[in-house]
Amino acid sequence: MNDTVGIVIVSHSKDIAKGTADMVRQMVGSEVKVAFCGGNPDGGLGTNVSLIIDAINDAWSAKGVAILVDLGGAETNSEMAVEMLEPERRKMVVVCNAPIVEGAVMAATEAAGGSSLEQVRAVAEELTAG
Amino acid sequence: MTLQFDTFKSLVKEAAEKVIASAPELTALDQAIGDGDHGTNMKRGFEAVLSKLDTISAQPLDEAFKTIGKTLVMTVGGASGPLYGSFFLAAGEALSGKRLPEDLADVFGSGVNAVSARGRSHVGEKTMLDVLVPVLETLKADAGRDDLITRVRTTASEAVARTKPMQATKGRASFLGVRSIGHVDPGAKSSCVLLHAVCSTLEARQ
Repeated sequence: MNDTVGIVIVSHSKDIAKGTADMVRQMVGSEVKVAFCGGNPDGGLGTNVSLIIDAINDAWSAKGVAILVDLGGAETNSEMAVEMLEPERRKMVVVCNAPIVEGAVMAATEAAGGSSLEQVRAVAEELTAG
Repeated sequence: MTLQFDTFKSLVKEAAEKVIASAPELTALDQAIGDGDHGTNMKRGFEAVLSKLDTISAQPLDEAFKTIGKTLVMTVGGASGPLYGSFFLAAGEALSGKRLPEDLADVFGSGVNAVSARGRSHVGEKTMLDVLVPVLETLKADAGRDDLITRVRTTASEAVARTKPMQATKGRASFLGVRSIGHVDPGAKSSCVLLHAVCSTLEARQ
């Protein structure tokens, strides 16, 4: 199976989310699916559960999806979005406890090698442990 | 105290309008110790609830709670969306097969547990739980008393005031450490605004 874990980037700012996704694509290439979202439902700074759900579905892979977030509300809204997915998809999505830019690059690099969702998460979260 | 459908509609309307009116105050509190968006976020969420008022008030109570919860989750745009949203989703879930006002403490307690789980937070961390948990205790201790509404109102006011000297250990305010001391928590305040609106509506109906 050639599938790789998908990466979702959720920031309060759409610019940060897009910039992070650009960096991932340049550094890791296009074999890993990367989706991003940022901004509240009015387009201001914040996060939006329905955009997060869309991003998860865009980045969907049979191996699952790893989400990288910036601050509190992005994490809470991402966890909410995961719970609102179809039941069989919920257990295949993780929210990583890692810095958003470094975490996304490390997670995507690991994903590109065909690693499992748990391996991808572990690599991203090593950044926090250090 | 019996909860009629027209009462429920006024409860939702009054609570939403009071939160919307308090948006500048909530934002000012959040600018002191958070990221300054609590007022605008709550306003956006409860304006969306108001726009669905006719649908909500035509639904069975448990479904109505879930619609309110889902609307807040989808429209608030900050952590308070999933937190308040989870309260209403869990309370709606708990409502099926229960009766109000007899089972009010049970239903409210399910909502409070959901907030605690969603935020991985507990009482004493300078959050909305510092209002919700004392109010739950009043609902349990004073169930059936004639002055229950007054007691809930007082409990909520006192509980908000008690967040002022607390140091935040959860949420954005925790970044400030000891500098979070001396400010009322915005989430505790919005919970109090909602509860007071419910109390006022019920008192006016008595």
